[in-house]
Amino acid sequence: MSTARAMRRVGDFSELRRKRGILGVVRAVLTEPWFYIGLLAMALSFFSLLTALSLIDLSVVIPASASLTFLSNLLGAKFFLKEHISRRRWISGVLVLGGITLLRA
Amino acid sequence: MTFLRYFLLALIVLGSTFGDVYLAKGMKQIGAISLTRWRDLILAPFNPYVAFGILLLMMFYISYLASLSWADLSYIMPATTFGYVLTALLAHFMLGEHIPLTRWIGILMITAGVGFVTGGPSLTVTPSPEGPSPHLEVHS
Repeated sequence: MSTARAMRRVGDFSELRRKRGILGVVRAVLTEPWFYIGLLAMALSFFSLLTALSLIDLSVVIPASASLTFLSNLLGAKFFLKEHISRRRWISGVLVLGGITLLRA
Repeated sequence: MTFLRYFLLALIVLGSTFGDVYLAKGMKQIGAISLTRWRDLILAPFNPYVAFGILLLMMFYISYLASLSWADLSYIMPATTFGYVLTALLAHFMLGEHIPLTRWIGILMITAGVGFVTGGPSLTVTPSPEGPSPHLEVHS
């Protein structure tokens, strides 16, 4: 279970990489290196999802991946993109953590 | 709200939930992937269930991107987060998964944390100069 969860984490980074890489002009997008890193991360995350689905119930994988993506988005935005995170968001993060622990039951 | 927007929201919900369900159905058919079975993982997208699931997920993704170009993220968020609960329901009825009560509570907590707060009034949704992002934006 924990190995599958570790694999799922790749999906979290694809979100942040894509944020970095998305630009207005198509040509600019194609020349942006982060865009390709984002694509690679998304490919890895998809195959991690498939692997996790082969091992665990869907009703666990979906909330688990959604919550892990959400949490790492929160942390990544804070430290990677230097965004300011309001208190409301941290509380929602705690709520999500609580939900994850219940999933493990 | 125009019919087209309703339609797009429906595609978002149905595409993501049924897409994931067919993905799961196909992967269960393939069986547990391990390091010795890595080839099965590469071939997985060719399983008919998985392929259909990928098609549905593509439909979801395109609808999602299209909707984001026309509406606030806080408007679309309910469609995606409601999908989490719907997916669990489908997993029970279509995949025969047994979902204990604690798991349901966990799902609801995560749905609330991920979906409810992101759509709150503290979110400032401004058209990003970088263009629409296909995923959740964490603003303050």
